[in-house]
Amino acid sequence: MTDSKLTSLPEPSTEASGGCGLGRREFLGVGVAAVATALTGCGTLSKEEFLQHNFQELSKEEVLSVIARLEKEYKAKYGKDVKVGTTPAMPGVIFGYALDLSRCIGCRRCVHACVKENNQSRNPEVQWIRVLQLDKEEGVNLQHAEQYYNPAEVPEEGHFYMPIQCQQCKKPPCVKVCPVGATWREKDGIVVVDYNWCIGCRYCMAACPYGARHFNWGEPNLPPDQVNTDTHYLGNRPRPKGVVEKCTFCVQRTRKGLYPACVEICPTGSRKFGNLLDKTSEIRYVLENKRVFKLKEELNTQPNFFYFYGV
Amino acid sequence: MNARLIRFAGLSLLLLALPAMAKEPPKKAEPIAQEGIQVPKPPFTEGIFPCTGCHDGKSMKVNTTRRALVDMHGDIELKHGPESRWCLDCHDANSRDNLHLASGEKVDFTASYKLCGQCHGDKFRDWREGIHGKRTGSWNGQKQYLLCVNCHNPHSPRFAALKPMPPPARPEAIQTRTGGAR
Repeated sequence: MTDSKLTSLPEPSTEASGGCGLGRREFLGVGVAAVATALTGCGTLSKEEFLQHNFQELSKEEVLSVIARLEKEYKAKYGKDVKVGTTPAMPGVIFGYALDLSRCIGCRRCVHACVKENNQSRNPEVQWIRVLQLDKEEGVNLQHAEQYYNPAEVPEEGHFYMPIQCQQCKKPPCVKVCPVGATWREKDGIVVVDYNWCIGCRYCMAACPYGARHFNWGEPNLPPDQVNTDTHYLGNRPRPKGVVEKCTFCVQRTRKGLYPACVEICPTGSRKFGNLLDKTSEIRYVLENKRVFKLKEELNTQPNFFYFYGV
Repeated sequence: MNARLIRFAGLSLLLLALPAMAKEPPKKAEPIAQEGIQVPKPPFTEGIFPCTGCHDGKSMKVNTTRRALVDMHGDIELKHGPESRWCLDCHDANSRDNLHLASGEKVDFTASYKLCGQCHGDKFRDWREGIHGKRTGSWNGQKQYLLCVNCHNPHSPRFAALKPMPPPARPEAIQTRTGGAR
């Protein structure tokens, strides 16, 4: 905060400080960046990136320069014009999601559509949706869950399927534990990560009771021909190594009025999405007319992601 | 009947005109009338439609006796209450390019949901609200709907099993790469 105030003040006389024709701040900036480069071993980290503030604190001009820098970096890296959007939350909208457990057949189309849409690392493949195969006799008992099932055809006799992704909690424990404020809940209910502010401590992963957060242990392996160029700063833009990522309800799509990629692909129509504040929305119909539950409700994370039985 | 039809036509005209008047199209006007809402074509077997191509009422006489079909349509296995149902309960004997409701009212193949909805009222209600079945497009605007028959073969309506896409890699299967911890 103090820093951003300082920037608006007129520059103090340079003669007294650093010398070498550099301003004091510039001199410090270069110095700090050099030290950081030496310490972290990240030779690719530019000075601008190192000195960039938390996304929530950036002014409009700063956001523009950050976006321009990122787009330039992506162009150099992937040889493609990647568009990094910053569309803010629509007023009067809180997103809700409902998944029909009586319809899902566990085909994993959603898992792979999500990877494609959101520019996850391909090898090893980072997946934001995990589909659990559960026993019908046991009901929703996570002790009887199997995520590596791979029969010739689904659904299998005696089983049902439960995809789990970020539940976009109203009281997100992951946000609470972040020591640097690199993750927060937006006004439309989407929990997002500023990948440039994340320090990779993975506290949020430990705090999340749904296993919804994923870490880039290595440089994400994203082949240039598979890059989705329609991105959002807080969503699916290509991530650097060492940061945590998660489902954002396809923020780059949903803030434009589109359905998330998983809804769009689901062959059984098990996935329902909409505005919780709109009384005529599909999601409200589900909440008012179907048997609905929240996963791990007892933890009081208050998800905006619901499971229901459409039967 | 005619008066009802005229009223219905008037109402649908009004509905069609509404988007021009208001900026946003009416969200939940007459639920999914076939007018104004994009519904894909029914999934016919190639070359089978129009049915009047063969069933023209001249070269082939209408035979309303319930029987197993041998000369044609042998590939259709009826797994939709076969004891109490056969072709002409849904397909119209006299107007072959149509289906008919229990009341005898003819419906187009593009409006087959009306036929399905006669028995599966609860599913029909959910489908009109956008809960049963797939919706694509825009959560706050125009959506694309599917017909019942796009997912359920009307002759054998159980949702067909699919091959699942690959499972996630087990942690032990993930190879170490240079430059990465894993």
